[in-house]
Amino acid sequence: MKRVYVNEEWCLGCHLCEYNCAFANSGLSDMVLALKGKPIFPRIHIESGDKISYAVSCRHCEDPLCVKSCIAGALSKDCGVIKIDRNKCVGCFTCVLVCPFGALTPSESGIMQKCELCLQNACGEPACVKGCPNRAIVYEERGVAE
Amino acid sequence: MKEYLIIGNGTAACGCIEGIRSVDSSGRITVVSAEEHEVYCRPLISYYLEGKTDLSRMQYRGDDFYEKNNCSVLFGRRAVELLPDKKQIVLDNGDTLPYSELCLATGSSPFVPPFEGLETVEKKFPFMTLDDALSLEQAISKDSRVLIIGAGLIGLKCAEGISERVASVTVCDLADRVLSSILDSECASMMQHHLEKHGISFRLSDSAAKFEKNRAFMKSGAVVEFDVLVLAVGVRANVSLIKEIGGKVNRGVAVDSAMKTSVPHIFAAGDCAEVYDISAGMSRVLAILPNAYIGGYTAGANMAGGKAVFDNAIPMNSIGFYGLHAMTAGSYEGELYEEKTENSIKRLFVKDDLIKGFILIGCDERAGIYTSMIRNKTPVSSVDFEALKKAATTTAFSPDLRRKMFGGVV
Repeated sequence: MKRVYVNEEWCLGCHLCEYNCAFANSGLSDMVLALKGKPIFPRIHIESGDKISYAVSCRHCEDPLCVKSCIAGALSKDCGVIKIDRNKCVGCFTCVLVCPFGALTPSESGIMQKCELCLQNACGEPACVKGCPNRAIVYEERGVAE
Repeated sequence: MKEYLIIGNGTAACGCIEGIRSVDSSGRITVVSAEEHEVYCRPLISYYLEGKTDLSRMQYRGDDFYEKNNCSVLFGRRAVELLPDKKQIVLDNGDTLPYSELCLATGSSPFVPPFEGLETVEKKFPFMTLDDALSLEQAISKDSRVLIIGAGLIGLKCAEGISERVASVTVCDLADRVLSSILDSECASMMQHHLEKHGISFRLSDSAAKFEKNRAFMKSGAVVEFDVLVLAVGVRANVSLIKEIGGKVNRGVAVDSAMKTSVPHIFAAGDCAEVYDISAGMSRVLAILPNAYIGGYTAGANMAGGKAVFDNAIPMNSIGFYGLHAMTAGSYEGELYEEKTENSIKRLFVKDDLIKGFILIGCDERAGIYTSMIRNKTPVSSVDFEALKKAATTTAFSPDLRRKMFGGVV
């Protein structure tokens, strides 16, 4: 299955992926209207440490602990993609407690949100990948981990 | 063709069904369900009363769940006896059902201590099932004074769920603090103050000695008047079926990492079973939803001839009240690392080069990174712990570990 991967040596830490993500999931067609002057709630986050930075979004785990732990039955796996039914989520944060990557975060309303690879929004392909100026974020097949 | 039989119809049963179907698409599955409901999200009953969900959204799985998995469900039936020699069970209507593999997913029941005069209380409810919540909803009104016995997870979620719909909520507990099973004194005190700000009253280190209709005579000598009583003292694992045939039982049904009981062809999972808690190094009942699902799934896969193990169970809870979240995991032993602000507390416990447990209140960002270190037994010496204890971040991991985590499928 194709997933979003980040080559951390190429990531500039510019945070553009966060803006592109928030815009792609805003449902609006004007980026200025969608983002200007507002706090943003992206589903991808830059992590930065000493001399490194890289973007983190849902890994769409083979064995997703978030899905098995969700007390509301709101998370599910559909053709490899981990999806959230935000209508069912009650914002208990159990998924935050179990995700090893910190990939689920609360939205503005307190209901959880996560990367669904932009398959559900107007972008149709991961907006973070499309807009990465240094091509540090890629969308590709890498097979099974070592 | 195999005959799979599951006693119980909660989260563990659902996991069991999905575990069986991950291996065997054709064997027959029969579910014995005491409750008249399709599998629903038990932990959401307080959210239902609070108006944050409704009956249709509380379904744990889609409408076609049983049909899609080719299961037949006997609603409103209970198993009363196991006949392991014949590989059959007996139901409460006298019918028998055969099995090739059986899973006990019988859950737990509210434990009610023998209070004097409890029978004189007209409106009293446990708070475990959807039917309990629906009955409680019928009994309360804007004028109700509610007394809840038990300041644990169940009692307090109930308090939050109904507080806007009743005149007052008082919670009492013999323990000296709220959430005594998961919080230490200081953390409990922070949560208690937060709950008090939202109108919940507490009587701690105190409980009812005796009831007379709408009055509770407390051990301290105080008298509490109430209209509705909720009993949330604790729960006991439902173990009698296997105990009666000599199967190994401690507090819960004893199982191995494949979720097999001591009786051949009988598995157990969920709140009725014990699992090995790797953070405490002992077997215990971990009555939390993730354990129920994972244990059930493991049992199901093995019933169908697979080779699944559940060998990294730990206690873990994420519980919020009026917007303040407490996250806890593992065991609170070892060296303490602590960080506090006015509105948050972080406590990490480290022993033998491992994070053994934590308590986080009001600082839950990326908490799963700590949880995964407990479950995976990641040595603290292999990470930049100075950075990690300040903030849960994967940048504190070695480049190799990061590559493993992010480089391929996990």
